Amino acid sequence: MTKSSILEIKNLSVDFSTPAGQVNVVRDINFTLESGRTMALVGESGSGKSVTAMSILRLHDEQKVNYSKGDILFKGKNLLGLDETEIKRVRGNKISMIFQEPMTSLNPTFTVGDQITEPLLIHRGMNRLKAKQRALQLMDLVGIHEPAHRFDAYPHLLSGGQRQRMMIAMALACEPELLIADEPTTALDVTVQLQILLLLEKLQKEFSMAVLMISHDLNLVKRFAQQVCVMQDGNIVEQGDVEHIYKQPQHPYTIQLLDSEPERIIPDGETMALQHNRELLSGKNMFCYFTVKSGFFRKLVSTVKAVDDINLFLREGETLGIVGESGSGKSTLGRCLLRMEHCRGEIHFDQTRIDELKNAQLRPLRKEFQIVFQDPYSSLSPRMTIEQIVGEGLKIHFPQLNKAERRVKIKKALTEVGLEEDILWRYPHEFSGGQRQRIAIARVVILEPKLILLDEPTSALDVSVQKQVLTLLRELQQRHKISYLFITHDLKVIEAVAHRIMVMKEGRIIEVGETQKIFTTPEKEYTRQLLTASLFKTDENKLVTV
Amino acid sequence: MNYNAEQLTNMSPNMRAWVRFKKNRRGYYSLWLFSILLFISFFAEVISNDKPLIVYYQHSYYFPLWNEYPETTFGGDFVSGTDYNDPYIKDKITQGDNWALYPLNHYNYSSINYFADLPNPAPPSEQNVLGTDDRGRDVLARLIYGFRLSVLFALVLTAIGVILGILMGSIQGYFAGRVDLVVQRLIEIWSSMPELYLLIIFASIFKPSIGLLIVLLSLFGWMGLSDYVRAEFLRGRNLDYVQAARSLGVSNIGIMFKHLLPNSMVPVLTFLPFRISGAILALTSLDYLGLGVPPSTPSLGELLSQGKENIDAWWLSLTTFTVLVGTLVLLIFIGEALREALDTRRG
Repeated sequence: MTKSSILEIKNLSVDFSTPAGQVNVVRDINFTLESGRTMALVGESGSGKSVTAMSILRLHDEQKVNYSKGDILFKGKNLLGLDETEIKRVRGNKISMIFQEPMTSLNPTFTVGDQITEPLLIHRGMNRLKAKQRALQLMDLVGIHEPAHRFDAYPHLLSGGQRQRMMIAMALACEPELLIADEPTTALDVTVQLQILLLLEKLQKEFSMAVLMISHDLNLVKRFAQQVCVMQDGNIVEQGDVEHIYKQPQHPYTIQLLDSEPERIIPDGETMALQHNRELLSGKNMFCYFTVKSGFFRKLVSTVKAVDDINLFLREGETLGIVGESGSGKSTLGRCLLRMEHCRGEIHFDQTRIDELKNAQLRPLRKEFQIVFQDPYSSLSPRMTIEQIVGEGLKIHFPQLNKAERRVKIKKALTEVGLEEDILWRYPHEFSGGQRQRIAIARVVILEPKLILLDEPTSALDVSVQKQVLTLLRELQQRHKISYLFITHDLKVIEAVAHRIMVMKEGRIIEVGETQKIFTTPEKEYTRQLLTASLFKTDENKLVTV
Repeated sequence: MNYNAEQLTNMSPNMRAWVRFKKNRRGYYSLWLFSILLFISFFAEVISNDKPLIVYYQHSYYFPLWNEYPETTFGGDFVSGTDYNDPYIKDKITQGDNWALYPLNHYNYSSINYFADLPNPAPPSEQNVLGTDDRGRDVLARLIYGFRLSVLFALVLTAIGVILGILMGSIQGYFAGRVDLVVQRLIEIWSSMPELYLLIIFASIFKPSIGLLIVLLSLFGWMGLSDYVRAEFLRGRNLDYVQAARSLGVSNIGIMFKHLLPNSMVPVLTFLPFRISGAILALTSLDYLGLGVPPSTPSLGELLSQGKENIDAWWLSLTTFTVLVGTLVLLIFIGEALREALDTRRG
């Protein structure tokens, strides 16, 4: 044990008991974290990084978990050896934790003030008045405006970013020596994410805490951590200084991870060449307002302008990226263009005006424009087989095919998206996220559509899978001359695949243009902010103010 | 039987559901037992009847089960139908070369044993294996016919209730909004009608019959189920796979019954065994109160009420109780296994 080390994990193994027997999820891992430093655990989902972090505070269900081997030494004391009352004294006091989902990690029935003062009352033995004063200081520290005013607010009154600030205030209440942050910003918009991370960095210096950060975002880790442990299948395959590992990765898995950062897969001249193609889809003066009504007589309370006077066009074989933060109306716009949502405005698709067609008239046309959704877990009906799922569109739009002919086409579509042919009888739950997304793509490609709306198709996937799916989409586009409307919040992804980009904010277009032009010379301030925040191109000493 | 992963993946979805069903031994055996009992009860007329299947009398064959013969055919005194349990006739058709093939139990549900040695209700004896009721009818015969009637009644009632419940619930849940609001209010009004009083009133206006009971109970039976189906549809209608189907151009009917319904069947199936046993119990208790089927019909409820009247005639209440509980338990075991079988996440 070195002098300044605060957390030392030695040969730790963690097992879970499941109906199928003991499953070994963390295997014999070792690492040491020194005080004042930031260590990042990176890896894809299921690699055991969250399990490791939760083990430190022993937050697992005691009946299901078995720490079969190893020690977790916190300042020389083995946390695994402590009894229930002793570990409670450590939790939230010496070590505290921030969770991923700020929407659910605050209790909705208590005010935020109550929740911040709680650890002070428990661990510091303060009285209510003193605790409140301290809580107000903390809220000020994490950048909440008018803390006195917000003290009695309930969590639902706060935005995602404000809630995550409250979580941090709670975690810092007792000035912990170690802060565990489990994907602290994954659920937040990029601009908010950067603010929160910079805040954490500032507070870490002030309190000289050690931070154990869990993340899947390699750019974020590169910018904010000093040390990194790469995890795969419960093992730490490589660890060391961030700079060293990013420059000279040794283990093949690390190399693969670093390699899987999306990079531009569209050749330079292509955008120019596409300019002569005809317009496939265009929308003129599109409006989509949601009204909020309440009471028995449905009185109009307010209007949300999800899509507010938008004009756009998409050429044949082109990818138009629509980017924006949550609530910017990008998904609604996509759904409006495909007539999945009520809206006003002229929509032309392939020389037909579709905004005036009735649903029954539209149905035969639906073959030509299809959607792939974000979450491959909920977009496939769990009680249908792969054959039924992929073949459903064929039944509707190619009724002349018989069962055998359909099966031939289904098999061809599955091969095309890189899946085996013999999965016809299986159910979606037997596949991984990436495979499911391939199935979802097969379902739409089989209809040979002219346009596919991709609504965050890679956001729910691990980075390495993400790149494979993007490559697949690109291949399909080249082979079948499909146009894509690519909706995402992830600028790295959009840089890789889009010919043109449209930046949206609050239902309006901020900027439209060629991808490379927007990335190199953005014209609008908001676009610039978005780029800075998502690519972490920040000056380390300059803090973005709230 | 155990299948390896490869065998399982090569199976059709229905085959795999069947494999999962068989994994639950208790439910699997219950299904067999119940099916056998139900199957046997379909042949109740051949097993338990007061007419012989075949009579060979004076060198010619008679089939009393299908044809009615006057007593004079067999040397009796009357021109009315033959009572084959009459010792005199029995004697005539079995002496000498003559023979008769009787069913296993010599009584049907309404035949009265006029020749019993003891007053009615008579305890189990050689003639009546499970004794007789207070009108001298054979208890075993009434149980066999009563079981058949109860189960068929329950199956019909449940089928109607499930179809109506799914239909109403899916319409409410899928179209939501105004449709949901209106139907929900109608359900509230309808469900506040006093069902039992209606039954009593109708029992006094119309001649009580099975058909009337099914109609009346069906009118109220679907509401509990439609709530669950509605909730499942409301939850499911905005899920991505429904949106995906919509964007493929699937019609509303297609989405409702191919995408949403299979994913909303868990509550339906969970309640299925309870609904069937509930229907059996409903019939039994209405009969017990005298509001159910017409008096001559074989009914478990009527037997129970006789058991209450004749508390020392243990064979009445005990046997009926056993049949009733046995049926309900078997149904619940089957239902449990069915629910597990239809859960695709179980592998």
